[in-house]
Amino acid sequence: MVSAEGVRKRFLRHEVLKGITLEVQRSEVMCLLGPSGSGKSTFLRCINHLETIDAGRLSVDGELVGYRESAGKLHELRESEIAGKRAEIGMVFQHFNLFPHMTALENVIEAPIRVQKVDKSEVLQRATELLERVGLADKVGGYPAQLSGGQQQRVAIARALAMKPKLMLFDEPTSALDPELVGDVLDVMRQLAADGMTMIVVTHEMGFAREVGDTLVFMDDGVVVETGSPREVLSAPRHERTKTFLAKVL
Amino acid sequence: MSSQDATGTPTPAGRPEDIKAVPVRHPGRWISAAIVVVLVATLVRSVAINPNFGWGVVGQYFFSSRVLNGLAVTLELTAIAMVVGIVLGVLLAVMRLSPNPLVASASWAYIWFFRGTPVLVQLLFWNFFSALYPTISLGVPFGGPGFIHANANSLITPFAAAILGLGLNEGAYMAEIVRAGIISVNEGQTEAAQSLGMTRLQTMRRIVLPQAMRVIIPPTGNETISMLKTTSLVSVIAYAELLYSVQLIYSANYRTIPLLLVASIWYLIVTTVLSIGQYYIERYYGRGASRNVRLTPMQRLRQGLLIRHDKGAL
Ligand SMILES: Nc1ncnc2c1ncn2[C@@H]1O[C@H](COP(=O)(O)OP(=O)(O)O)[C@@H](O)[C@H]1O
Ligand SMILES: [Mg+2]
Repeated sequence: MVSAEGVRKRFLRHEVLKGITLEVQRSEVMCLLGPSGSGKSTFLRCINHLETIDAGRLSVDGELVGYRESAGKLHELRESEIAGKRAEIGMVFQHFNLFPHMTALENVIEAPIRVQKVDKSEVLQRATELLERVGLADKVGGYPAQLSGGQQQRVAIARALAMKPKLMLFDEPTSALDPELVGDVLDVMRQLAADGMTMIVVTHEMGFAREVGDTLVFMDDGVVVETGSPREVLSAPRHERTKTFLAKVL
Repeated sequence: MSSQDATGTPTPAGRPEDIKAVPVRHPGRWISAAIVVVLVATLVRSVAINPNFGWGVVGQYFFSSRVLNGLAVTLELTAIAMVVGIVLGVLLAVMRLSPNPLVASASWAYIWFFRGTPVLVQLLFWNFFSALYPTISLGVPFGGPGFIHANANSLITPFAAAILGLGLNEGAYMAEIVRAGIISVNEGQTEAAQSLGMTRLQTMRRIVLPQAMRVIIPPTGNETISMLKTTSLVSVIAYAELLYSVQLIYSANYRTIPLLLVASIWYLIVTTVLSIGQYYIERYYGRGASRNVRLTPMQRLRQGLLIRHDKGAL
């Protein structure tokens, strides 16, 4: 579903991604782990073209991100084409980024109506079902400021799911939450994984990674240091850097 | 913690009684209030009995058709100039934030010019525009064939000069207000919208601008009130708005002060109405910004009466 080959990204003179190569299969849950500043968020943002990559190849579902290839040449995509690609990839942020001037329901129906131009009654039904699924049937009319962090994050997940994405990106979805609220959000993600969603999850929740993750990738300083099944990597890390990091977070 | 030990004395229901305490006395407040009352009473009395204010004349002209016509023109000028200013302002603000440096600097230059010269001078310039360009043509640039030719004198009427002068100037100020509003919106909002597949235009219209409104509305209300008064400058190009209308009247009957009072009172009435409107618009755009919905003054009054009623019943 996602394939990266030697992906590089530079901000001015600071190289943040120094050749990332990895592969995510359909219905796979990949957990991304690594110290702060190692480039995890940047990599996720490259996948839905919120950042453009400087070198390497990055493709989603067999199509290059941001470019069309014809006769051996890369052509930049137009804004509407990029937007169309993004619509197929859901993204969940550390700080939720709900639209504060809209109710929970309005947050969920906004993009299906404006971007996918789906019929309003159909969207409303879809949104109500999704909010029910994430356990917020009673918060439909609440504004984000009236919801707890955990509730906001679940609305954010419902908002992303309303676009029927083929891939979900989670950037530390529980890092900004009080400990007792983390469980509800992880439950929703666990259910999503069980339903067969392809997911890339940046997280420091080792329990979740071990239980739900199919692969675990450890990144440090813009490179992939170690890849393997979560059980292997967490219990028997092969690299020194992985060991040091795990010793700190476990 | 049990409900009992907070303020002692448990009621039969197990809930502590509401606190009844003797309030602190504030003698200073009473003294200052007395001074203010005396000063205001003196002022009101002097204004009421000084014949130079000519309250009779004020009453006589307050609803005269010439004054009311002037008021209508003032309101019309304010409304149109503000619409021009806001539309231009949004356009210039978005241009100013454009990734294209040429577009951004064009906006910068516009704002620099129109903020840097007095609006009175700009009004005079537009009024004498025909001296600068006697004919205005629409056609191919750089001396190509023209399609439409017009006499500048007949095209730029005093009304057009007023709207151009006030509106183009206002656009520069509104641009800065709108820009401040746009950059006040968290970048995460744009990212979230884009990750949902919204285009730049959709993101601006649906996500960023509605949130920027909370920052944009209060100064825009001030600009509108300020514009209402700035329209009086149009009197210099002899266009009969409120001030020029009363000037015409007092230049004939020499009752200068009463007629200036007529204009002032009308300006006050309209600014008051505008302030009330601004309150409700701010409230609308503030929704979702805090946990509590702010009540309108009427709702607060009703709630206050209800609470008092409840207390009486206890
Ligand atoms: N827009 C940007 N401009 C400049 N530097 C950036 C930008 N975004 C991220 N960086 C830098 O890239 C590095 C990696 O950031 P990030 O991908 O957010 O790391 P992580 O998510 O692993 O903590 C950091 O050093 C950060 O300062
Ligand atoms: Mg990060």
